[in-house]
Amino acid sequence: MNFWVELSITILLLIGGVFVLVGSIGLARLPDFYTRLHAPTKATTVGMGGILIASMLLMSAEQGYLSLHELLITLFLLITAPITAHMLAKTALHHETRALKRTRSMHLMAQAREQLPPTSSDD
Amino acid sequence: MSRLRWLPMPLHSLLLLVVWLLLNNTVSPGHLVLGTVLALIIPLLCAPLQTTQPRVVRPLLALRYTLKVLVDIVVANIEVAILVLGPMRRLQPGFVAVPLEITADLPVTLLASTVSLTPGTVSAEVSEDRQWLYVHALNLTDEQALIDTIKTRYEAPLKEIFAC
Repeated sequence: MNFWVELSITILLLIGGVFVLVGSIGLARLPDFYTRLHAPTKATTVGMGGILIASMLLMSAEQGYLSLHELLITLFLLITAPITAHMLAKTALHHETRALKRTRSMHLMAQAREQLPPTSSDD
Repeated sequence: MSRLRWLPMPLHSLLLLVVWLLLNNTVSPGHLVLGTVLALIIPLLCAPLQTTQPRVVRPLLALRYTLKVLVDIVVANIEVAILVLGPMRRLQPGFVAVPLEITADLPVTLLASTVSLTPGTVSAEVSEDRQWLYVHALNLTDEQALIDTIKTRYEAPLKEIFAC
């Protein structure tokens, strides 16, 4: 295999690995449930994207034809990640999971739970 | 557009065929035939389940929107990574209610998904009257600025794409 192809695969794998690692670190470090939602939904999209593009390059270079089904995995990830995050946030609201004390506009949580429009009270 | 009875959803059929070929990672004639058969039968079975959604009126703008969102996702990842690795004490999470101008299911779903995928925000809930989108932000510095960004950067193009 060409040196440059190998190099770009390595770089992509490293970027992907770093982002997936950061997502996991975020999951462990962030203070409450709602902030924890952010780490896996975001850090994993680029992380997985990098790994999948690397796989695409490797397969195409090794087998000599274009390997595209990794694109499909990326697409499915991009469709499902926000839906999972949304369902988790919704469930947390209904379980009245407590948010971090310094969270701003906490009164919105009650309104969001009832799917009502927000009332204009301050904190 | 007149709807053919044996081909109720032409775009979906094409998409199904492409997905089938991508899944199998081949364009061999056997899979082409099998994919075509599936692409014809599945829409026939699913057509009665369809709910009417607003149509994409400006496909080119939709393409540009997709590219913009992809770039934003990369930027969002880097921003969130920095926040996650930084000190937790300085984090200022918060909830925001974003007033919506679009009300149809598909555009609102797309907007909510975009919000979830982009910088430091996750959409938590939509009010029943489809007027408000509740968003949780990882680091909320300026509430109004965040609302303005979501409205001008994502909602305005979606409104144009679906012309609603």
